[in-house]
Amino acid sequence: MTLFLEQLLNGMQLGVTLFLLAAGLTLIFGIMGVINLAHGSIYMIGAYAGTYVAATTGSFLLGIPAGLAAAALTGIAVEFLVVRQLYDRDHLDQVLATFGLILIFNQAITMIFGRQPLFVGLPDALSGSVELLPGLFYPLYRLAIIAVGLLVAAGLYLLINRTRVGMLVRAGSTNREMVRALGVDIRLLYTAVFALGALLAGLAGYMAGPILAVQVGMGEQILITTFVVVVIGGVGSVKGAFYASLLLGVTDTALRAYLPGLLRQVMVGPEADALGAGISSMGIYLLMAIVLLIRPKGLFAGNT
Amino acid sequence: MRTPITTYLSLAVLLVLLVALPTLADLANYPAFTSVATRVLIYGIAAASLNFVLGFGGMVSFGHAAFFGIGGYVVGILYQHYSLGEPLFGVFPGSNQLLVTVPLAVLVSGAMAALIGALSLRTGGVQFIMITLAFAQMLFFLFVSLKTYGGDDGLIIRRANELGGLNLRDRPTMYYLCLTIAVSFLFLLWRIVNSRFGNVLIGLRQSERRMAALGLSAYRYKLAAFVISGMGCGLAGALMANFMRYVSPDMMHWTKSGELMVMVILGGVGTLFGPFIGAGAFIMLESLLAAWTENWQLGLGFILLLLVLYTNGGLQALFSRLFRRDA
Amino acid sequence: MTRPILNVTGLAKRFGGLVATDNVSIDVRPGEIHALIGPNGAGKTTLISQLLGELPHDAGSIELEGREIGNLSTARRVHLGLARTFQVTCLLPDYTVLDNVAIAIQLRQGHSFRFWGNVRKDNALRKKARGFLRDAGLDDRAEVVTANLSHGEQKQLELAVALATEPRVLLLDEPMAGLGHVESEQMIAMLRGCKERVSMILVEHDMDAVFALADRVSVLVYGRIIATGTVEEIRENAEVRTAYLGEGEDLC
Repeated sequence: MTLFLEQLLNGMQLGVTLFLLAAGLTLIFGIMGVINLAHGSIYMIGAYAGTYVAATTGSFLLGIPAGLAAAALTGIAVEFLVVRQLYDRDHLDQVLATFGLILIFNQAITMIFGRQPLFVGLPDALSGSVELLPGLFYPLYRLAIIAVGLLVAAGLYLLINRTRVGMLVRAGSTNREMVRALGVDIRLLYTAVFALGALLAGLAGYMAGPILAVQVGMGEQILITTFVVVVIGGVGSVKGAFYASLLLGVTDTALRAYLPGLLRQVMVGPEADALGAGISSMGIYLLMAIVLLIRPKGLFAGNT
Repeated sequence: MRTPITTYLSLAVLLVLLVALPTLADLANYPAFTSVATRVLIYGIAAASLNFVLGFGGMVSFGHAAFFGIGGYVVGILYQHYSLGEPLFGVFPGSNQLLVTVPLAVLVSGAMAALIGALSLRTGGVQFIMITLAFAQMLFFLFVSLKTYGGDDGLIIRRANELGGLNLRDRPTMYYLCLTIAVSFLFLLWRIVNSRFGNVLIGLRQSERRMAALGLSAYRYKLAAFVISGMGCGLAGALMANFMRYVSPDMMHWTKSGELMVMVILGGVGTLFGPFIGAGAFIMLESLLAAWTENWQLGLGFILLLLVLYTNGGLQALFSRLFRRDA
Repeated sequence: MTRPILNVTGLAKRFGGLVATDNVSIDVRPGEIHALIGPNGAGKTTLISQLLGELPHDAGSIELEGREIGNLSTARRVHLGLARTFQVTCLLPDYTVLDNVAIAIQLRQGHSFRFWGNVRKDNALRKKARGFLRDAGLDDRAEVVTANLSHGEQKQLELAVALATEPRVLLLDEPMAGLGHVESEQMIAMLRGCKERVSMILVEHDMDAVFALADRVSVLVYGRIIATGTVEEIRENAEVRTAYLGEGEDLC
């Protein structure tokens, strides 16, 4: 039971990380109609900048503004210099241009920081474990990630449902033309949404730093998983992204944790491990396949 | 609308040059060029296959490396079972006969394309891009975890497949094999593009709505095109496995899908020869940049970015704009 | 009285809280042009899309020659003899004028899983397509790329393409929109010319055209049909004047 709860929390931690990325990605697509492959690069840049500052100053806290600022500024620069010219282009051009950005960012990071992964220690205040239930110890830092993720989700909910900007965002993600017709400074809105998405990606990257190795290529790996989230949740839907992130995080974690054990009861150890690893790494994609069979537009797609 | 005689002439000249290429390379004291040309031909087949759905059909697939990789792995896996003398699944014997392995590679990648296409084509637009990418990545992870077939490290194919008395390790022989297949493949594509099926496919790219209003059920035509395209990539993958005598999950990594796309756009989307030009340009660019700096990907990224932002329609369009004749 | 060739009863469609089509019943008799008029946003185009199956309807029935087609795919409906034109022209821009018509005929001829023969060298197909172009007065523009056509020519091509599917009932979505006076006259003559072969629902704002062509007129306001009748009846109908034309304004 405690093991199960622990895995559930692990799944949630992965889930909120995915959500931080997926929220931005799905909004950027929903509102601007742009597919942005470089979103993963911004995650990586947030991780590198934050981790580097944290490692040199020795303060985990100082890393936060560094990571967020680097990510947001990169996001604004990307929007201003590249993505802005792609709004009216077809998806192929968007894919190729942002693919080019990935190559540029990956190589630039390699040139600046080298090929060795960066590591940062946990902040002292968050390094221990807490006993959530009798016998269930869970790392405080991972709990903090979950808390931050849920807070961001709540904040986004309020922003989207309770503010004027949110109203525009909602309108924009279902009917792009309408927002244009409203006479809003659409450019500013676009830049703001892009910057917000980048900020969240940077936050996710920095928070993942102490758990994963900060290295080149980290962005693309999670980006593709994020795509799966967006497809399952329904393109343009932040709510869909939230539920799909948690669903995916928990499914992925559970499969990796339990499948080899289950298989070992019916076949030999090493083979079971290999097969289990294979199937569980495919798990989220199979989940996507099932969702596509039932609801091709995703679980929370709009009525369009 | 008659094809001008000059077109046939230039095609004939091109073919003569291609046939003479290994000899010319030897004369120029640069025999390795034959290998480079072989690589260009193989990637050209893959890029032309991708272009069939992307350029002619308007379906932006970001997962075509999957079929390239599957084609390669069919050759690799059959070879492993052949060399170990263990039948696959205890039933099918392995093989090292090119006339067995390559058609099988084409069929298996076609079947996989049917599966992935049937699911991905239930949506369109940006979802299609993400889904094809995701499924390709799924296969990548699958092959990474298949330790029986080398996992991360891939499979070494100690000896290339056999085809009659030909020695496929011999550079010119392999080159001529690939040239023959590439030319036949291109001829086949040319026929399909101009056929009734091609007419429908190109119509779908221009306006799906119009085609529906004319009474077309788009799904099955798109799926058929996707399968044909997957088979072409599988063919290229099988050739690549024989050429490199090695397969690995890297063949289906998402960056490979991206590279195939770059080749297509370099050469010009929706043209028959474009992908081969693009494959050539990409491989040249890669080796030039790599020789110049180890950070060649940075250069490639910038070139790609500039190409997309400031030209429209790839190198062909760029050239025709630079050397514009009176239109 | 002849049996209607297209018979729509109780058709309804909602978008969220918005009622786009409210219990619409309309029929078309063989050889008839039934005009559908109404203010902008009344749901005329939405209605056409539902008839062709591009948009699913929520309730009601659509019968073509006595056969219920409301649950069939667009492709099936087209094969049974329904066709439409688009208000904002929806053609294949990279293809020539001739190609646009030829592909319509090709699709009429059955499946297109034929991978070998060159479709542009299919003389029977090309000849047939030229025939439709001649009828539309576009034969001298056959080899022009469609994107380069003038607006009026595109409208003519829209009609030629729709006719090439050899429909029994044609749904016309504002064929006169954006046409000059001469072009409108041509279009009216063309529509009148094929009236014997094809029944039509004509959505149109140009009242001259409506009165010149229509056998009957229905008025759609806020998704509801408020009146149906002959041209004279509609001209005299007080309710139509209030709802659609504004009080006291003269129709012509």
